[in-house]
Amino acid sequence: MHEPSSQWAKDHAASIKRVLGLWFVTLYATIYAGFIVINVVSPGFMAVDVGSFNVAIVYGFLLIIFAIFLAAIYNHICTHAEEVMTNMHPAEEAEALEEGHS
Amino acid sequence: MNYAVSPWAIAIFCTFVVAVLAISYHFARQTKSASGFYTAGGNIHWSVNGIAFAGDYLSAASFLGICGMIAFSGYDGFLYSVGYLAGWVVAMFVVAEPIKRLGKYTFTDALNAKFNSKGIQLAAAISTLLVSIFYLIPQMVGAGSLVTPLLGLPHEFGVIMVGTLVIIIVATAGMASTTYVQFLKGGLLLVFSLILVFLVLSRGVSTKPDQGGDVPFRDFHTVKVVSWDGQNIILADNGHAVAGVFSENAGKLVFVKLVKDGQTSFWKLNPAEMLLEETQTIAVRPDGSKLYNGEPKENGKFYQVGHMSRLVENGQEVQKSGTTDFFSFIKTIKDGTVVRWLKFMGLKDGEDKVTVYYQQPIAGKEVLKPGVKFKVDSAKGATTSDKVNFISLMIALFFGTAALPHVLIRYYTVPNPASARKSTIVAIAAIGLFYMLTLYMGLGAMVNGVLDLTNDNMSAPLLAKSFGVAIFAIISALAFATVLGTVSGLIIASSGAVAHDLMDKFFKVKMDERQKVMWGKLAAVGVGIVAMVLGILFKGMNVSYLVGWAFAVAASANLPTIAMILFWKKTTSRGVLASILSALGMILMSQETINEVYHLPHIKSLIPINNPAIISVPLSFLTLVVVSLLTQRQEAARQSRNEVQEGRA
Repeated sequence: MHEPSSQWAKDHAASIKRVLGLWFVTLYATIYAGFIVINVVSPGFMAVDVGSFNVAIVYGFLLIIFAIFLAAIYNHICTHAEEVMTNMHPAEEAEALEEGHS
Repeated sequence: MNYAVSPWAIAIFCTFVVAVLAISYHFARQTKSASGFYTAGGNIHWSVNGIAFAGDYLSAASFLGICGMIAFSGYDGFLYSVGYLAGWVVAMFVVAEPIKRLGKYTFTDALNAKFNSKGIQLAAAISTLLVSIFYLIPQMVGAGSLVTPLLGLPHEFGVIMVGTLVIIIVATAGMASTTYVQFLKGGLLLVFSLILVFLVLSRGVSTKPDQGGDVPFRDFHTVKVVSWDGQNIILADNGHAVAGVFSENAGKLVFVKLVKDGQTSFWKLNPAEMLLEETQTIAVRPDGSKLYNGEPKENGKFYQVGHMSRLVENGQEVQKSGTTDFFSFIKTIKDGTVVRWLKFMGLKDGEDKVTVYYQQPIAGKEVLKPGVKFKVDSAKGATTSDKVNFISLMIALFFGTAALPHVLIRYYTVPNPASARKSTIVAIAAIGLFYMLTLYMGLGAMVNGVLDLTNDNMSAPLLAKSFGVAIFAIISALAFATVLGTVSGLIIASSGAVAHDLMDKFFKVKMDERQKVMWGKLAAVGVGIVAMVLGILFKGMNVSYLVGWAFAVAASANLPTIAMILFWKKTTSRGVLASILSALGMILMSQETINEVYHLPHIKSLIPINNPAIISVPLSFLTLVVVSLLTQRQEAARQSRNEVQEGRA
C-alpha cells in the first residue's frame, strides 16, 4: 500500500454491508432491467391503464420511490450492524479513539 | 420567439451572484491546506452534502434538458429521469463507503490505494479529465444559450460570465464554497420546482391556453381543399392564392405556399380531411438573415405553442378542466388529444431555405408511453439497431452516475464512511423527488401554450413565465445557478486530476501544503479557461451527445475498475490499466464520436451503434478479468518490490 489515504477505525460490519449492498444492487438492477425489456419488447404494455396513470408512469415512479426506500432500509441495517459489531469489539474501538485524540 | 429581457430576472440573478461571491469570500480564509481545498477539510455535515450532491447532479441537462424533452416528446424524456436516478443506486450500494474509505482527495486515490501504480495514476487521471471536460462543454454551451433570451446578452458573454464566476468560486475557497453554493442551489431548485408544479396543477388544462390571461391563445387556421390531384390544388377560399406546392419525403409531406394580402405563409396538406393546416416557418435568406413566419423576429409573429385539442372530463368533452392534482392532471392528458409540433428542415423556396413546423395531433395515451422520441416499437418501424441504442443509453445512465468524477469527489467532503452513506440517501431522496416533478413540469409546458419551437431548453423557464415575472425570474436565476454549480464541481474534479493526481502523485513534484493549494487553484483557473474556450467553440453543437459520451466513459472506464477492485481480490494493476484503456479506446472509436468529434462521417466504425456502453461496459469487465488472471505473477513480484521499497523508506 502507498501512503494511507485516511485512517479509519476498523469497520467490523464491512463484509455484511458489502454483501447486503451487492444483493440490493442486484435486486434493483433486475427491476430496472425489467423496465428496459418491457420498453423494448412490448411498448404497448406500457400504455395499459393503471388507475389515473399507466404502466409506464407507475413503473417509472416505482423505480424512483423504490430506490429511496431501498436506500433507507440499507442505511438502517448498516447503522444497526455497525453498532452491534462495534460493541462486540470495544477494545479496538477504544484504541482507535485514543489514536484519534493523540 | 423574441424574448423580452426581464429586469426582475437580472436583479434576482445578480442577488444570487452576490450571495455566491459572499460564500466564496467567507470560506476563502479557511482554505489553507490541500485537504481544505479539495475536500473542505472533510467536515461537511452529511445532510448538507446530500443536498449539495443534488445541486451537483441536477445540471442543465437535468433541469432544462429533461423538462424540454418531456415538453416536446412526452414520456420518452422521462426515461432520462428514471435512468439518471437509477444510477444512484449503484453509488449507494457499491461505491459510497468504499470510495470514502480508500480515497483521500480524488477517484484516482481510491483506485490506486491498493496498487501504487504509475499506469493507473495516469490512466485514471486522464479518464477523469476526459469525462469532466466532455461534461463541462454542454454546461458552458447551456450557459451561453440561456444568457441570450434571459439577459439579452450574446452567447460568448454567457460562457465567459459563468466561467469567470466559477473560477472565482473554486479558486477562492475550493470545495467548501462549491459545496455551499451547491447546497443553496439544490435546495432552492427543489423548493421552486415544487411551487411551479403546484401552480401547473392548480391552473388545470385548457384547449385554448392563454398563459393566465397574459398571452391570447393563437388559434392556427385551416383552409378547405376542393381538389388535390397530387400536383395541383384548388382551395375553397378564393382569398388565398397558391404560390407553390412542395412535395417532400417522397410525397408523404406536402406543403403549400399561399399568398394573402401580400403576406406569404406555408400550410401543410391533410389529404385525409382535405384541409390545409397553418404552419410556422423560419426562412433563411441568401444573405443569412432570417424571417419568422415571413417577418423579422422583432415583429413577434413566431408564436409560442402547445395545447390540447380535445379534453375529456367525466366522459364529457370540455374546453377547460378544473383544478387538477397529481393524478387527475395525468388522467386529463391521457384521455385527451395533445397537439405536438414536428419540424421539417430543408424545404427550398427559391433561394430561401425554410424550416417548417407543423401540427400533429396525437392521443394523450401515446404521449404518456415510450416511442415518441426513442424508436422502440417494432410496429412503428423500430429496427434492432434502434433498440440496442436505447438499451445502451439506459445502461450508460445506470452505470455512469456512480463513476462521474464530480460525484465521486463529494464523498471526501464528509467526516467518515457512514456519513458518505447517509449523504447518498439524502441525495437519492432529493434527486428522486426532483425527477418525479420533471414529468409534471414537462407535461405542463406541453399543454400550456408556452413552448418555443426554436429552443426546447427554455420550456421550464417559459412555463414559469406564464405564472408571472417573479417566479420566471427566480427559475431563470436558478437555471444559471444550475450551470454554475455543476461547472464548479467539474472544475474541482479536473483540478484534482491535474494538480493532485498528475503533478503531486504521478510526476512527484515536491510541494508543501501551501504550494499544493496554489497549484490546485492554478489548475482550476486553467481548466476554467479551457472550458470557456470550448463553450464558445462548441456553440450550436449537439450537446446532449456530449453528456451521453461522458456517461459512457464513466460507465465503461471508471465503474468496472472501481467495482472489481472492491469485489475481486485477484484484480491486478495491469488489469485495471487495460480495462480503462480498452473502454476509452472503444468509445473514442464509436460511430458517434467519429461523426461528432472527428467530423469524419464517411468513415464507418467497427462499432456501429451510437452509444457504445452495451459493448464497452462488458468489454471493460472482461478485459480486467482476463488481464488480471494473466498477470498474477507480475503483480505478486511488483507488490514485493513495493514492500521492500517501503521498508527501506
